[in-house]
Amino acid sequence: MVERKISIMDSVRRASQSVIAGVDKKDIKHWVEIHIMGKAYKVPADLTIMQAIEYAGYRLIRSCGCRAGFCGACSTVYRKKGEYKLQTAMACQTRVEDGMFLVQIPFSPAEKPLYDIKKLEYEPSVFLKYFPEVARCLSCNTCTKSCPQDLQVMDYVQAALKGDFKAIAEDSFECIQCGLCALRCPAEIVQYHLAQFARRMYGKYGTLRDNNSEKRVREIEKGEFDKEFDRIMNLSADKLKNVYTEQQNTREVY
Amino acid sequence: MKIPYFPGCTLKTTAKNFEISALAVAKSMDIELVELPRWNCCGTVTSLTSDDLMRHLAPIRNLIRVEEMNDNGDMKDEYRLVALCSMCFNVLKRSDLRVKENPEELEKINNFMYLEKGYDGKVEVIHFLELLRDSGFDKIKNKVKVNLNGLKVAPYYGCLMLRPKEIGIDDPEDPTIQSGILNALGAESIDNPCKTRCCGSYQTVRDRYAVSELTYDIITRARKEGAELVTTSCPLCLFNLADRQKEVIEKHPEFKPMPVLYFTQLMALAFGLDETYCGFNQNYIDPRPLLREKDLLK
Repeated sequence: MVERKISIMDSVRRASQSVIAGVDKKDIKHWVEIHIMGKAYKVPADLTIMQAIEYAGYRLIRSCGCRAGFCGACSTVYRKKGEYKLQTAMACQTRVEDGMFLVQIPFSPAEKPLYDIKKLEYEPSVFLKYFPEVARCLSCNTCTKSCPQDLQVMDYVQAALKGDFKAIAEDSFECIQCGLCALRCPAEIVQYHLAQFARRMYGKYGTLRDNNSEKRVREIEKGEFDKEFDRIMNLSADKLKNVYTEQQNTREVY
Repeated sequence: MKIPYFPGCTLKTTAKNFEISALAVAKSMDIELVELPRWNCCGTVTSLTSDDLMRHLAPIRNLIRVEEMNDNGDMKDEYRLVALCSMCFNVLKRSDLRVKENPEELEKINNFMYLEKGYDGKVEVIHFLELLRDSGFDKIKNKVKVNLNGLKVAPYYGCLMLRPKEIGIDDPEDPTIQSGILNALGAESIDNPCKTRCCGSYQTVRDRYAVSELTYDIITRARKEGAELVTTSCPLCLFNLADRQKEVIEKHPEFKPMPVLYFTQLMALAFGLDETYCGFNQNYIDPRPLLREKDLLK
Protein backbone atom coordinates (compact mmCIF):
# COMPACT_ATOMS: atom_id res chain seq x y z
CA MET A 1 0.00 0.00 0.00
CA VAL A 2 1.29 3.40 -0.94
CA GLU A 3 1.97 5.51 2.08
CA ARG A 4 0.12 8.79 1.80
CA LYS A 5 1.37 11.91 3.42
CA ILE A 6 -1.19 13.30 5.84
CA SER A 7 -2.11 16.85 4.86
CA ILE A 8 -3.04 19.63 7.25
CA MET A 9 -6.64 19.46 6.03
CA ASP A 10 -6.76 15.76 6.91
CA SER A 11 -5.62 16.53 10.44
CA VAL A 12 -8.20 19.26 10.77
CA ARG A 13 -10.89 16.90 9.52
CA ARG A 14 -9.95 14.21 12.01
CA ALA A 15 -9.85 16.68 14.86
CA SER A 16 -13.35 17.84 14.03
CA GLN A 17 -14.74 14.31 14.19
CA SER A 18 -14.46 14.25 17.96
CA VAL A 19 -18.09 13.29 18.43
CA ILE A 20 -17.56 9.88 16.89
CA ALA A 21 -13.84 9.40 17.21
CA GLY A 22 -13.13 6.28 19.22
CA VAL A 23 -16.79 5.31 19.59
CA ASP A 24 -17.77 1.90 18.38
CA LYS A 25 -20.66 1.89 15.92
CA LYS A 26 -22.66 -0.52 18.06
CA ASP A 27 -22.51 1.95 20.95
CA ILE A 28 -24.15 4.72 18.94
CA LYS A 29 -27.85 4.66 19.77
CA HIS A 30 -29.33 7.40 17.62
CA TRP A 31 -29.16 7.29 13.86
CA VAL A 32 -30.81 9.32 11.16
CA GLU A 33 -31.24 8.78 7.45
CA ILE A 34 -30.06 11.55 5.19
CA HIS A 35 -29.73 11.80 1.41
CA ILE A 36 -26.55 13.22 -0.06
CA MET A 37 -27.09 14.19 -3.67
CA GLY A 38 -29.92 11.71 -3.84
CA LYS A 39 -28.24 8.75 -2.20
CA ALA A 40 -29.38 7.54 1.23
CA TYR A 41 -27.03 7.10 4.19
CA LYS A 42 -27.51 6.18 7.84
CA VAL A 43 -25.42 8.48 10.01
CA PRO A 44 -25.13 9.12 13.77
CA ALA A 45 -27.69 11.72 14.78
CA ASP A 46 -25.28 14.00 16.61
CA LEU A 47 -23.15 14.89 13.59
CA THR A 48 -23.16 18.15 11.75
CA ILE A 49 -24.01 18.00 8.07
CA MET A 50 -20.33 18.32 7.23
CA GLN A 51 -19.29 15.55 9.60
CA ALA A 52 -22.09 13.38 8.24
CA ILE A 53 -20.98 13.85 4.66
CA GLU A 54 -17.48 12.79 5.67
CA TYR A 55 -18.82 9.95 7.79
CA ALA A 56 -20.62 8.72 4.68
CA GLY A 57 -17.26 8.49 2.96
CA TYR A 58 -16.99 11.72 0.99
CA ARG A 59 -13.78 13.70 1.10
CA LEU A 60 -14.56 17.39 0.81
CA ILE A 61 -12.04 19.35 -1.19
CA ARG A 62 -14.45 22.27 -1.78
CA SER A 63 -17.41 23.41 0.30
CA CYS A 64 -15.44 23.25 3.49
CA GLY A 65 -13.07 25.60 5.21
CA CYS A 66 -12.77 26.77 8.78
CA ARG A 67 -15.30 24.28 10.21
CA ALA A 68 -16.20 26.90 12.78
CA GLY A 69 -18.94 28.92 11.10
CA PHE A 70 -16.75 31.81 10.12
CA CYS A 71 -15.50 31.31 6.59
CA GLY A 72 -18.77 30.79 4.72
CA ALA A 73 -17.43 28.05 2.44
CA CYS A 74 -19.82 25.21 3.31
CA SER A 75 -23.13 26.50 1.97
CA THR A 76 -25.77 23.80 1.98
CA VAL A 77 -29.19 23.63 0.43
CA TYR A 78 -31.63 21.04 1.69
CA ARG A 79 -35.21 20.02 1.82
CA LYS A 80 -36.75 17.84 4.47
CA LYS A 81 -38.97 14.98 3.50
CA GLY A 82 -42.60 16.08 3.33
CA GLU A 83 -41.79 19.81 3.50
CA TYR A 84 -42.18 22.22 0.60
CA LYS A 85 -39.68 24.71 1.95
CA LEU A 86 -36.19 24.73 0.49
CA GLN A 87 -33.79 25.51 3.33
CA THR A 88 -30.26 26.80 3.56
CA ALA A 89 -27.52 26.28 6.12
CA MET A 90 -23.82 26.18 6.86
CA ALA A 91 -22.85 22.48 6.82
CA CYS A 92 -20.42 22.85 9.71
CA GLN A 93 -22.95 24.62 11.94
CA THR A 94 -26.08 22.56 11.40
CA ARG A 95 -26.89 19.19 12.85
CA VAL A 96 -28.29 16.50 10.57
CA GLU A 97 -31.97 15.73 10.82
CA ASP A 98 -33.84 12.67 9.68
CA GLY A 99 -35.05 12.92 6.09
CA MET A 100 -32.74 15.70 4.93
CA PHE A 101 -32.06 15.85 1.21
CA LEU A 102 -28.74 17.63 0.97
CA VAL A 103 -26.53 19.23 -1.59
CA GLN A 104 -23.39 21.29 -1.06
CA ILE A 105 -22.87 24.53 -2.96
CA PRO A 106 -19.13 24.94 -3.42
CA PHE A 107 -19.24 28.23 -5.29
CA SER A 108 -21.61 31.09 -6.16
CA PRO A 109 -21.21 32.38 -9.69
CA ALA A 110 -21.70 36.00 -8.62
CA GLU A 111 -20.92 39.05 -10.70
CA LYS A 112 -18.39 41.27 -8.98
CA PRO A 113 -17.82 44.73 -10.38
CA LEU A 114 -14.37 46.29 -10.50
CA TYR A 115 -14.00 49.72 -8.95
CA ASP A 116 -11.29 51.98 -7.69
CA ILE A 117 -12.52 53.08 -4.31
CA LYS A 118 -10.27 56.14 -4.30
CA LYS A 119 -12.01 57.50 -7.36
CA LEU A 120 -15.60 57.00 -6.20
CA GLU A 121 -17.92 59.63 -4.86
CA TYR A 122 -19.59 58.97 -1.54
CA GLU A 123 -23.02 59.36 -3.10
CA PRO A 124 -26.11 57.12 -3.13
CA SER A 125 -25.86 56.88 -6.92
CA VAL A 126 -22.73 54.67 -6.72
CA PHE A 127 -24.87 51.75 -5.66
CA LEU A 128 -26.92 51.77 -8.83
CA LYS A 129 -23.83 52.42 -10.91
CA TYR A 130 -22.06 49.25 -9.79
CA PHE A 131 -25.05 47.16 -8.74
CA PRO A 132 -27.91 48.30 -11.00
CA GLU A 133 -29.84 45.10 -10.32
CA VAL A 134 -30.54 46.41 -6.79
CA ALA A 135 -33.37 48.39 -8.38
CA ARG A 136 -35.01 45.04 -9.22
CA CYS A 137 -35.52 44.18 -5.53
CA LEU A 138 -39.12 43.11 -4.97
CA SER A 139 -38.86 43.14 -1.18
CA CYS A 140 -39.76 39.46 -1.12
CA ASN A 141 -37.38 38.87 1.81
CA THR A 142 -36.16 35.53 0.43
CA CYS A 143 -32.55 36.65 0.99
CA THR A 144 -33.20 37.29 4.68
CA LYS A 145 -34.79 33.89 5.09
CA SER A 146 -31.85 32.18 3.39
CA CYS A 147 -29.17 33.87 5.51
CA PRO A 148 -27.44 31.40 7.87
CA GLN A 149 -26.22 34.37 9.90
CA ASP A 150 -29.78 35.63 10.46
CA LEU A 151 -28.95 39.02 8.99
CA GLN A 152 -31.70 41.35 7.78
CA VAL A 153 -30.45 41.07 4.21
CA MET A 154 -33.44 42.64 2.49
CA ASP A 155 -33.29 45.61 4.84
CA TYR A 156 -29.71 46.37 3.87
CA VAL A 157 -30.44 45.97 0.16
CA GLN A 158 -33.24 48.47 0.63
CA ALA A 159 -30.85 50.74 2.52
CA ALA A 160 -28.76 50.85 -0.68
CA LEU A 161 -31.74 52.36 -2.49
CA LYS A 162 -31.94 54.97 0.24
CA GLY A 163 -28.20 55.62 -0.04
CA ASP A 164 -27.68 54.75 3.62
CA PHE A 165 -24.09 53.48 3.75
CA LYS A 166 -24.03 53.24 7.52
CA ALA A 167 -27.13 51.04 7.71
CA ILE A 168 -25.74 48.58 5.14
CA ALA A 169 -22.34 48.46 6.80
CA GLU A 170 -23.83 47.81 10.22
CA ASP A 171 -26.58 45.42 9.13
CA SER A 172 -24.19 43.33 7.04
CA PHE A 173 -21.23 43.38 9.42
CA GLU A 174 -21.51 39.70 10.30
CA CYS A 175 -21.84 38.53 6.69
CA ILE A 176 -19.66 35.50 5.96
CA GLN A 177 -20.12 35.77 2.19
CA CYS A 178 -21.54 32.28 1.76
CA GLY A 179 -23.51 33.51 -1.25
CA LEU A 180 -26.80 31.81 -0.38
CA CYS A 181 -28.74 35.09 -0.51
CA ALA A 182 -27.57 35.73 -4.05
CA LEU A 183 -28.43 32.21 -5.17
CA ARG A 184 -31.97 32.42 -3.79
CA CYS A 185 -32.73 35.99 -4.94
CA PRO A 186 -35.44 36.12 -7.65
CA ALA A 187 -34.11 39.54 -8.69
CA GLU A 188 -30.60 38.13 -9.10
CA ILE A 189 -29.02 40.69 -6.82
CA VAL A 190 -25.59 39.87 -5.39
CA GLN A 191 -26.31 41.04 -1.88
CA TYR A 192 -23.03 40.10 -0.24
CA HIS A 193 -20.86 41.89 -2.77
CA LEU A 194 -23.09 44.93 -2.50
CA ALA A 195 -22.64 44.81 1.26
CA GLN A 196 -18.88 44.49 1.05
CA PHE A 197 -18.79 47.44 -1.33
CA ALA A 198 -20.88 49.48 1.12
CA ARG A 199 -18.68 48.54 4.07
CA ARG A 200 -15.58 49.56 2.14
CA MET A 201 -17.15 52.86 1.16
CA TYR A 202 -18.39 53.51 4.66
CA GLY A 203 -15.01 52.61 6.11
CA LYS A 204 -13.22 54.93 3.77
CA TYR A 205 -15.58 57.90 3.57
CA GLY A 206 -18.22 57.52 6.28
CA THR A 207 -16.15 56.98 9.40
CA LEU A 208 -13.55 59.06 11.15
CA ARG A 209 -9.98 58.21 10.32
CA ASP A 210 -8.33 56.62 13.29
CA ASN A 211 -5.26 58.60 14.31
CA ASN A 212 -3.95 55.88 16.57
CA SER A 213 -2.90 53.54 13.78
CA GLU A 214 -0.94 56.28 12.06
CA LYS A 215 0.65 57.16 15.37
CA ARG A 216 1.62 53.55 15.91
CA VAL A 217 3.11 53.27 12.40
CA ARG A 218 5.27 56.30 13.14
CA GLU A 219 6.39 54.72 16.42
CA ILE A 220 7.37 51.54 14.60
CA GLU A 221 9.25 53.52 11.99
CA LYS A 222 11.10 55.40 14.71
CA GLY A 223 12.25 52.07 16.08
CA GLU A 224 10.45 52.24 19.41
CA PHE A 225 9.74 48.52 19.35
CA ASP A 226 13.04 47.30 17.91
CA LYS A 227 14.49 46.46 21.28
CA GLU A 228 11.51 44.34 22.29
CA PHE A 229 11.51 42.55 18.93
CA ASP A 230 15.20 41.77 19.30
CA ARG A 231 14.57 40.34 22.74
CA ILE A 232 11.81 38.05 21.48
CA MET A 233 13.74 36.97 18.39
CA ASN A 234 16.66 35.90 20.56
CA LEU A 235 14.63 33.80 23.01
CA SER A 236 15.08 30.05 23.14
CA ALA A 237 12.18 27.94 21.84
CA ASP A 238 10.98 27.05 25.34
CA LYS A 239 11.02 30.61 26.57
CA LEU A 240 9.25 31.75 23.43
CA LYS A 241 6.48 29.22 24.10
CA ASN A 242 6.06 30.61 27.61
CA VAL A 243 5.83 34.15 26.31
CA TYR A 244 3.23 33.06 23.79
CA THR A 245 1.13 31.16 26.35
CA GLU A 246 1.22 34.09 28.76
CA GLN A 247 0.17 36.47 26.06
CA GLN A 248 -2.70 34.20 25.04
CA ASN A 249 -3.89 33.96 28.63
CA THR A 250 -4.16 37.70 28.96
CA ARG A 251 -6.31 38.03 25.83
CA GLU A 252 -9.89 37.19 25.25
CA VAL A 253 -10.13 34.66 22.47
CA TYR A 254 -13.30 33.48 20.84
CA MET B 1 -50.59 63.84 16.82
CA LYS B 2 -48.24 60.98 15.93
CA ILE B 3 -48.72 59.32 12.59
CA PRO B 4 -46.66 56.79 10.58
CA TYR B 5 -44.95 58.23 7.57
CA PHE B 6 -43.44 56.63 4.46
CA PRO B 7 -40.54 58.61 2.96
CA GLY B 8 -39.50 56.57 -0.10
CA CYS B 9 -36.03 56.49 -1.64
CA THR B 10 -36.17 59.81 -3.51
CA LEU B 11 -36.85 61.80 -0.37
CA LYS B 12 -33.68 60.32 1.11
CA THR B 13 -31.55 61.20 -1.91
CA THR B 14 -32.45 63.73 -4.60
CA ALA B 15 -35.49 65.21 -2.87
CA LYS B 16 -34.17 65.70 0.66
CA ASN B 17 -35.57 69.22 0.62
CA PHE B 18 -39.08 67.79 0.29
CA GLU B 19 -38.66 65.66 3.40
CA ILE B 20 -36.85 68.30 5.47
CA SER B 21 -39.48 70.95 4.74
CA ALA B 22 -42.45 68.61 5.19
CA LEU B 23 -41.25 67.25 8.53
CA ALA B 24 -40.58 70.77 9.81
CA VAL B 25 -43.95 72.07 8.61
CA ALA B 26 -45.74 69.11 10.17
CA LYS B 27 -43.94 69.70 13.45
CA SER B 28 -45.06 73.33 13.51
CA MET B 29 -48.60 72.05 13.16
CA ASP B 30 -48.14 69.59 16.04
CA ILE B 31 -48.08 66.62 13.69
CA GLU B 32 -45.25 64.20 14.33
CA LEU B 33 -44.53 62.21 11.18
CA VAL B 34 -42.89 59.04 12.47
CA GLU B 35 -40.74 57.34 9.85
CA LEU B 36 -41.93 53.81 9.21
CA PRO B 37 -39.37 51.40 10.70
CA ARG B 38 -37.61 49.13 8.21
CA TRP B 39 -39.56 50.53 5.25
CA ASN B 40 -38.64 49.25 1.82
CA CYS B 41 -39.19 50.41 -1.74
CA CYS B 42 -42.81 51.44 -2.31
CA GLY B 43 -42.82 49.14 -5.35
CA THR B 44 -42.81 52.03 -7.85
CA VAL B 45 -44.77 51.71 -11.06
CA THR B 46 -43.72 48.11 -11.61
CA SER B 47 -46.26 47.02 -9.02
CA LEU B 48 -49.09 48.17 -11.25
CA THR B 49 -48.81 45.18 -13.55
CA SER B 50 -52.05 43.27 -13.28
CA ASP B 51 -50.76 39.71 -13.52
CA ASP B 52 -47.68 39.78 -11.33
CA LEU B 53 -48.52 39.60 -7.63
CA MET B 54 -44.86 39.29 -6.70
CA ARG B 55 -44.53 42.99 -7.51
CA HIS B 56 -47.06 43.83 -4.81
CA LEU B 57 -44.96 42.35 -2.04
CA ALA B 58 -43.03 45.59 -1.56
CA PRO B 59 -46.02 47.91 -1.01
CA ILE B 60 -47.91 45.36 1.09
CA ARG B 61 -44.84 44.77 3.25
CA ASN B 62 -44.79 48.49 4.04
CA LEU B 63 -48.42 48.35 5.10
CA ILE B 64 -47.57 45.42 7.38
CA ARG B 65 -44.99 47.63 9.11
CA VAL B 66 -47.79 50.07 10.02
CA GLU B 67 -49.74 47.25 11.63
CA GLU B 68 -46.59 46.15 13.44
CA MET B 69 -46.13 49.67 14.83
CA ASN B 70 -49.58 49.38 16.34
CA ASP B 71 -48.97 45.83 17.55
CA ASN B 72 -45.81 46.78 19.41
CA GLY B 73 -47.20 49.98 20.88
CA ASP B 74 -45.22 52.52 18.82
CA MET B 75 -48.56 53.75 17.53
CA LYS B 76 -51.82 53.82 19.36
CA ASP B 77 -54.61 52.82 17.04
CA GLU B 78 -53.17 54.91 14.20
CA TYR B 79 -53.42 52.91 11.01
CA ARG B 80 -53.10 55.79 8.59
CA LEU B 81 -49.87 55.93 6.61
CA VAL B 82 -48.82 59.32 5.26
CA ALA B 83 -46.94 59.54 1.97
CA LEU B 84 -45.31 62.66 0.58
CA CYS B 85 -44.04 61.48 -2.79
CA SER B 86 -47.01 61.18 -5.15
CA MET B 87 -45.54 58.08 -6.76
CA CYS B 88 -45.20 56.28 -3.42
CA PHE B 89 -48.71 57.39 -2.48
CA ASN B 90 -50.15 56.09 -5.73
CA VAL B 91 -48.42 52.71 -5.55
CA LEU B 92 -49.10 52.07 -1.86
CA LYS B 93 -52.73 53.09 -2.11
CA ARG B 94 -53.42 51.13 -5.28
CA SER B 95 -51.83 47.99 -3.91
CA ASP B 96 -53.82 48.37 -0.69
CA LEU B 97 -57.04 48.81 -2.63
CA ARG B 98 -56.23 45.86 -4.86
CA VAL B 99 -55.71 43.35 -2.06
CA LYS B 100 -58.76 44.65 -0.18
CA GLU B 101 -60.89 44.10 -3.26
CA ASN B 102 -59.31 40.71 -4.00
CA PRO B 103 -59.05 38.67 -0.79
CA GLU B 104 -57.71 35.64 -2.65
CA GLU B 105 -54.77 37.72 -3.85
CA LEU B 106 -54.10 38.90 -0.33
CA GLU B 107 -54.17 35.31 0.84
CA LYS B 108 -51.59 34.41 -1.78
CA ILE B 109 -49.34 37.25 -0.68
CA ASN B 110 -49.75 36.38 2.99
CA ASN B 111 -48.94 32.73 2.26
CA PHE B 112 -45.77 33.83 0.57
CA MET B 113 -44.73 35.79 3.67
CA TYR B 114 -44.04 32.45 5.46
CA LEU B 115 -42.95 32.87 9.08
CA GLU B 116 -43.70 36.59 8.87
CA LYS B 117 -46.77 38.52 9.86
CA GLY B 118 -49.28 38.81 7.02
CA TYR B 119 -51.28 41.92 6.11
CA ASP B 120 -54.57 42.30 7.95
CA GLY B 121 -55.92 45.06 5.71
CA LYS B 122 -56.15 47.64 8.48
CA VAL B 123 -54.11 50.42 6.88
CA GLU B 124 -55.34 53.55 5.15
CA VAL B 125 -52.82 55.26 2.87
CA ILE B 126 -53.18 59.04 2.74
CA HIS B 127 -51.26 61.86 1.12
CA PHE B 128 -49.77 64.62 3.29
CA LEU B 129 -51.96 67.08 1.36
CA GLU B 130 -55.06 65.26 2.58
CA LEU B 131 -53.83 65.39 6.13
CA LEU B 132 -53.35 69.15 5.83
CA ARG B 133 -56.73 69.67 4.17
CA ASP B 134 -58.51 67.60 6.80
CA SER B 135 -56.91 69.47 9.67
CA GLY B 136 -58.25 72.66 8.07
CA PHE B 137 -56.64 75.37 5.95
CA ASP B 138 -57.41 77.86 8.74
CA LYS B 139 -54.97 76.01 10.95
CA ILE B 140 -52.30 76.65 8.32
CA LYS B 141 -53.31 80.30 8.09
CA ASN B 142 -52.82 80.70 11.84
CA LYS B 143 -49.24 79.49 11.61
CA VAL B 144 -48.18 81.99 8.93
CA LYS B 145 -45.49 84.40 10.10
CA VAL B 146 -44.26 85.57 6.69
CA ASN B 147 -47.25 86.29 4.52
CA LEU B 148 -46.54 85.29 0.94
CA ASN B 149 -48.66 88.18 -0.26
CA GLY B 150 -47.85 89.06 -3.86
CA LEU B 151 -46.24 85.75 -4.76
CA LYS B 152 -47.92 84.21 -7.78
CA VAL B 153 -47.79 80.44 -7.65
CA ALA B 154 -49.15 77.91 -10.15
CA PRO B 155 -49.73 74.56 -8.44
CA TYR B 156 -49.04 71.54 -10.62
CA TYR B 157 -50.59 68.15 -9.87
CA GLY B 158 -49.62 65.72 -12.60
CA CYS B 159 -51.43 62.43 -12.43
CA LEU B 160 -50.28 60.27 -9.54
CA MET B 161 -52.30 61.80 -6.71
CA LEU B 162 -55.42 62.17 -8.86
CA ARG B 163 -55.73 59.07 -10.97
CA PRO B 164 -57.20 56.53 -11.08
CA LYS B 165 -60.11 58.26 -9.38
CA GLU B 166 -60.59 55.37 -6.90
CA ILE B 167 -57.46 56.51 -5.11
CA GLY B 168 -57.40 60.19 -6.13
CA ILE B 169 -57.35 62.80 -3.39
CA ASP B 170 -59.09 65.50 -5.42
CA ASP B 171 -61.12 66.16 -8.58
CA PRO B 172 -59.04 64.46 -11.30
CA GLU B 173 -60.02 67.12 -13.85
CA ASP B 174 -59.87 70.23 -11.71
CA PRO B 175 -57.89 69.70 -8.51
CA THR B 176 -57.72 72.59 -6.03
CA ILE B 177 -56.16 71.10 -2.92
CA GLN B 178 -52.82 72.91 -3.32
CA SER B 179 -54.62 76.20 -3.97
CA GLY B 180 -56.27 75.93 -0.58
CA ILE B 181 -52.87 75.75 1.05
CA LEU B 182 -51.27 78.47 -1.08
CA ASN B 183 -54.14 80.84 -0.38
CA ALA B 184 -53.82 80.14 3.33
CA LEU B 185 -50.15 81.16 3.09
CA GLY B 186 -51.21 84.46 1.54
CA ALA B 187 -49.87 83.63 -1.92
CA GLU B 188 -51.90 84.08 -5.04
CA SER B 189 -52.77 80.69 -6.51
CA ILE B 190 -52.70 80.85 -10.30
CA ASP B 191 -54.87 78.38 -12.12
CA ASN B 192 -52.85 76.70 -14.84
CA PRO B 193 -54.93 74.77 -17.42
CA CYS B 194 -51.90 72.48 -17.76
CA LYS B 195 -51.92 71.56 -14.07
CA THR B 196 -52.85 67.92 -14.64
CA ARG B 197 -51.03 67.45 -17.92
CA CYS B 198 -48.50 64.62 -18.07
CA CYS B 199 -44.98 65.63 -17.05
CA GLY B 200 -43.51 62.89 -19.25
CA SER B 201 -42.73 60.64 -16.28
CA TYR B 202 -40.06 58.00 -16.94
CA GLN B 203 -39.82 58.94 -20.60
CA THR B 204 -37.31 61.39 -19.24
CA VAL B 205 -34.79 58.54 -19.13
CA ARG B 206 -35.44 57.42 -22.69
CA ASP B 207 -35.96 60.71 -24.50
CA ARG B 208 -35.28 63.89 -22.58
CA TYR B 209 -36.39 66.10 -25.47
CA ALA B 210 -39.83 64.46 -25.64
CA VAL B 211 -40.19 65.46 -22.00
CA SER B 212 -38.72 68.93 -22.37
CA GLU B 213 -41.47 69.81 -24.87
CA LEU B 214 -44.06 69.00 -22.20
CA THR B 215 -42.08 71.04 -19.70
CA TYR B 216 -42.05 73.92 -22.18
CA ASP B 217 -45.83 73.80 -22.59
CA ILE B 218 -46.58 73.50 -18.89
CA ILE B 219 -44.20 76.23 -17.72
CA THR B 220 -44.96 78.61 -20.59
CA ARG B 221 -48.68 78.28 -19.88
CA ALA B 222 -48.13 78.91 -16.19
CA ARG B 223 -46.16 82.05 -17.01
CA LYS B 224 -48.83 83.21 -19.43
CA GLU B 225 -51.37 82.94 -16.62
CA GLY B 226 -49.11 85.18 -14.54
CA ALA B 227 -47.25 82.66 -12.37
CA GLU B 228 -43.75 83.26 -11.03
CA LEU B 229 -43.14 79.79 -9.74
CA VAL B 230 -44.66 76.32 -9.76
CA THR B 231 -45.28 73.94 -6.85
CA THR B 232 -45.72 70.18 -6.87
CA SER B 233 -45.64 67.18 -4.54
CA CYS B 234 -43.99 64.70 -6.88
CA PRO B 235 -40.19 64.42 -7.11
CA LEU B 236 -40.39 63.04 -10.64
CA CYS B 237 -42.68 65.84 -11.84
CA LEU B 238 -40.36 68.31 -10.18
CA PHE B 239 -37.33 66.86 -11.91
CA ASN B 240 -39.05 66.91 -15.30
CA LEU B 241 -40.47 70.40 -14.87
CA ALA B 242 -37.28 71.89 -13.48
CA ASP B 243 -34.17 70.05 -14.61
CA ARG B 244 -35.51 69.55 -18.12
CA GLN B 245 -35.72 73.34 -18.50
CA LYS B 246 -32.06 73.02 -19.59
CA GLU B 247 -33.22 71.12 -22.68
CA VAL B 248 -36.08 73.59 -23.13
CA ILE B 249 -33.58 76.44 -23.38
CA GLU B 250 -31.57 74.48 -25.95
CA LYS B 251 -34.64 74.24 -28.19
CA HIS B 252 -36.29 77.53 -27.25
CA PRO B 253 -33.56 80.08 -26.53
CA GLU B 254 -36.11 82.77 -25.59
CA PHE B 255 -37.41 80.63 -22.67
CA LYS B 256 -36.76 82.04 -19.21
CA PRO B 257 -36.30 79.51 -16.40
CA MET B 258 -38.94 79.31 -13.67
CA PRO B 259 -38.30 77.77 -10.24
CA VAL B 260 -40.28 74.66 -9.33
CA LEU B 261 -40.71 73.94 -5.60
CA TYR B 262 -42.33 71.43 -3.32
CA PHE B 263 -45.42 73.01 -1.75
CA THR B 264 -43.94 72.24 1.66
CA GLN B 265 -40.97 74.52 0.94
CA LEU B 266 -43.28 77.49 0.58
CA MET B 267 -45.08 76.44 3.76
CA ALA B 268 -41.76 76.35 5.63
CA LEU B 269 -40.94 79.81 4.30
CA ALA B 270 -44.34 81.22 5.28
CA PHE B 271 -44.17 79.61 8.74
CA GLY B 272 -40.98 81.59 9.28
CA LEU B 273 -38.85 78.47 9.69
CA ASP B 274 -35.09 78.61 9.34
CA GLU B 275 -33.85 78.51 5.75
CA THR B 276 -32.26 75.09 6.33
CA TYR B 277 -35.83 73.75 6.63
CA CYS B 278 -36.82 75.34 3.33
CA GLY B 279 -34.08 73.42 1.49
CA PHE B 280 -33.90 75.92 -1.40
CA ASN B 281 -30.24 75.02 -2.01
CA GLN B 282 -31.31 71.63 -3.43
CA ASN B 283 -33.71 73.04 -6.01
CA TYR B 284 -32.70 72.57 -9.65
CA ILE B 285 -33.57 76.21 -10.32
CA ASP B 286 -32.70 78.42 -7.38
CA PRO B 287 -35.87 80.22 -6.19
CA ARG B 288 -33.96 82.49 -3.78
CA PRO B 289 -33.35 85.43 -6.18
CA LEU B 290 -37.10 85.62 -6.85
CA LEU B 291 -37.98 85.29 -3.16
CA ARG B 292 -35.47 88.01 -2.23
CA GLU B 293 -36.90 90.24 -4.93
CA LYS B 294 -40.29 89.73 -3.30
CA ASP B 295 -38.84 90.56 0.14
CA LEU B 296 -39.75 87.11 1.39
CA LEU B 297 -36.17 86.11 2.06
CA LYS B 298 -33.14 87.95 3.36
